Amino acid sequence: MSSLWPQLEPLLGKVQKPARYIGCEDGAQVPEHSPEKVSWLFTYPDTYEIGLPNQGLQILYELVNERDDAVAERSYAPWTDMEEQLRANGLPLFSVDTHRAARDFDVLAFNLSAELVYTNVLNCIDLAGIPIHSADRGDDDPFVAAGGHCTYNPEPLADFLDFVVLGDGEEAIGDITDVLRDTKGQPRKDRLRALADVTGVYVPSLYVFTFDGPRIASVTALDGAPELVEKRTIADLGDWPYPKNQLVPLTEVVHDRLNVEVFRGCTRGCRFCQAGMITRPVRERPADQVRTMVRDGLKRTGYDEVALTSLSTADFSGIDEVVGDIAGCGDISVSLPSLRVDAFTVGIAASIQKARRTGLTFAPEAGTWRMRQVINKLINEDDLYGAVESAFSQGWRRIKLYFLIGLPTETDEDTLGIATLARQCVAIGRKYNKSASITVSVGGFVPKGFTPFQWFGQNTMEELQRKVYLLRDELRRDHQVKLKWHDPKATMAEGIASRGDRRIGAVIEHVWRNGGTFQEWSEHFNLQLWLDGLAAAGLTVEDTVYRHRHEDEILPWDHLSAGLHKDFLWQDWRDALAEVGLEDCRWTPCYDCGACTGYSIEHVVASAVPPAGGSQGTGQRVELTLKPSVRA
Amino acid sequence: MNMRVRFRFVKLGKVRFTSHRDVARMWERALRRLELPVAYTEGFSPRPKLSFGLALSTGHESMAEYLDVELREEPDIPAMPAQLSEQLPVGIDVTAAALLEPGSPSLQEDVLSCSWRIEVRDLAPTDADALVETALAAEELILTRTRKGKDVTDDLRPAVLAVRPVGPTLVGTELEAELAVHPRSVRPAELLLALRPGLEEGRVVRTAQWIWRDGARLEPLLAEPAATARLSREDPDVRPCTGTPQHAEERAGVA
Repeated sequence: MSSLWPQLEPLLGKVQKPARYIGCEDGAQVPEHSPEKVSWLFTYPDTYEIGLPNQGLQILYELVNERDDAVAERSYAPWTDMEEQLRANGLPLFSVDTHRAARDFDVLAFNLSAELVYTNVLNCIDLAGIPIHSADRGDDDPFVAAGGHCTYNPEPLADFLDFVVLGDGEEAIGDITDVLRDTKGQPRKDRLRALADVTGVYVPSLYVFTFDGPRIASVTALDGAPELVEKRTIADLGDWPYPKNQLVPLTEVVHDRLNVEVFRGCTRGCRFCQAGMITRPVRERPADQVRTMVRDGLKRTGYDEVALTSLSTADFSGIDEVVGDIAGCGDISVSLPSLRVDAFTVGIAASIQKARRTGLTFAPEAGTWRMRQVINKLINEDDLYGAVESAFSQGWRRIKLYFLIGLPTETDEDTLGIATLARQCVAIGRKYNKSASITVSVGGFVPKGFTPFQWFGQNTMEELQRKVYLLRDELRRDHQVKLKWHDPKATMAEGIASRGDRRIGAVIEHVWRNGGTFQEWSEHFNLQLWLDGLAAAGLTVEDTVYRHRHEDEILPWDHLSAGLHKDFLWQDWRDALAEVGLEDCRWTPCYDCGACTGYSIEHVVASAVPPAGGSQGTGQRVELTLKPSVRA
Repeated sequence: MNMRVRFRFVKLGKVRFTSHRDVARMWERALRRLELPVAYTEGFSPRPKLSFGLALSTGHESMAEYLDVELREEPDIPAMPAQLSEQLPVGIDVTAAALLEPGSPSLQEDVLSCSWRIEVRDLAPTDADALVETALAAEELILTRTRKGKDVTDDLRPAVLAVRPVGPTLVGTELEAELAVHPRSVRPAELLLALRPGLEEGRVVRTAQWIWRDGARLEPLLAEPAATARLSREDPDVRPCTGTPQHAEERAGVA
């Protein structure tokens, strides 16, 4: 029950980037443990550099540590060299805060942001010295839990997780902590049953599946567990100004800047986007709270860059004013991830490049208007060219465009449309700078649960590769367009876990047992392990990944609810195939998707009209207006 | 007219596992938190004008790191060590600060040697005595290292200005050494390799960096005529060395 630091310290001279393992961040807590307290070890199943900035994890870390009856620490997947050292020296997974063994905590809780980290989850459980199968754990073993977007299809990890949390964690973490505190000393089985009564908590061992070929034949809830597990949704982001003390790492990490979440949820309705579907409705943070969090955060951390985060930051009511205010307080760079081109204006461009020009990425997602109607990303070519022109005219020299390939109904014309858009953007850029260039980044589409595309059979690996080469050949002579693509092999592996059922657990275990950790790192990714795992489990890629699902089929996540009505999603899928777009319900009448009405909550937006600029998904020209204050 | 302020700081404990680059970023954040009038570079991506001396290897501790910061106006120098230490991570403490004379050489140009305490694992003090004696008596200490894929041969002997065993530690023996910085900075691990291949370093602490004025060895900050603020920290180990680093004579006349 004490610090492992004396044993770990000598190992740190033998591994790369030892600062990953020391903790000591500004904002890190040194919690006092005691047997009565509920102790959480929040674990990010990827490297420290990727995991540290995760806002969800940091929010929960603060909330738990604010309680008198609970403590929280953090852990990250040790890189392969450190794992080797730990195993050679008989040392376990540890927290970076007080270097305490993972087994000494009550809960080992994972953040799941991507499917390919699943094998790392197993590795961390094993390194912790906990049996990897939940069925093999006893009363003295910690609980193994998970939260994050991937938990909307938790089935591939059902054998390994004791419980899973759906939706916003701010309130759920408190309720779960209460149950764990009140049930200390009781048999594990009883405690799990009690957890299943907390809204948003799914206990996989209380549900039994039967199968019929590739399909699920039945799902049965045991012991009175809920037939349908509903997600958690906080009504007002303004009640949760977290993280209050964002961690400032001593070593460089991704997104190494102040991050302030400006709203949660998105109702643009992009049909491929799981995040936009499962996080509804839109809940904006009050603009004044954003200003306060930015001002105080910059002062406390010493960062000179702040990101205003959300799924589509330019949609934030009054974004121009907020960005203008921040840029006005000194040499501060503002980065706006997830910018929609139809809301990006010269004013925003001018404001955010004041201190230091950060990279600029737009995501048109598809190469033709027809394709964008199918996916409901209703931005027209003028929107894109307008945004690109704004950026180049304000001095940017390179812009990154993000696209998906392998979308439903996609033809080669749609794929080649990507090249046409990129070329036109280069031509616009060259008006301002001879060396203007465009980076086109192409990812293969992986259908996800709780989206209208959940029934769609993913493109085969070969088909995605063919489309990549088609595009590469088309752009061969365009030296100012740089094409990058996500490996179709990895896309295929993501597809296995994305919509797989409980039987995929054996595949993940196979990959892990054969050394397949850090699968999202190209140098470690090994497709053969996944294929062997499928074969060993008697499953096929065709059934698991490429197969179109039927309307009447039980999907692996049908016993879970993100609030969305299945018939809404089915109708939206039919609309997609008919190339019919659907406008944003923030500013138009309700489509009754279920996300608001089901939970008696509603959108929290400060503005009844869309922010100015572009077509705003209406297909029409919206008058561009700018407040004088941001014209600086 | 911008001015330069030189700081001395320590890097001790867990924070020693951060890189030189990480330390630079810690300083940038600390200076911003204090809202000091730091001068910035011009151009596309303005950076604060900081110049560090010799990089310290990740994992090594130090009692004597230096940093020159260019400021747009004069700060309250005596107050700075305490204020900065407050804003820097645990294990990084600022121990002195002084305004530099205009035109003072940079740390990169000026520092000629460093003193080290080097713990050697699994080495008995008597063995250490013998190894050191042999090394100091040698005409040359030839070391082969790989640089950009090619083998390069160096004679380390002129760069070893002093080395002596200090005494036993829990896991081995501690040596004290002064190693030259020119023509290239000799690392403690290279000294161990020259003593006997296979020796493993334990705790390594840089205890001082040295500049030379008029044939005398001086600490870079104390050489400045402007008086410095000092904290009640241990001073760097100021013991005479037995050799003279390259370029020491030609620095004799530098003011």
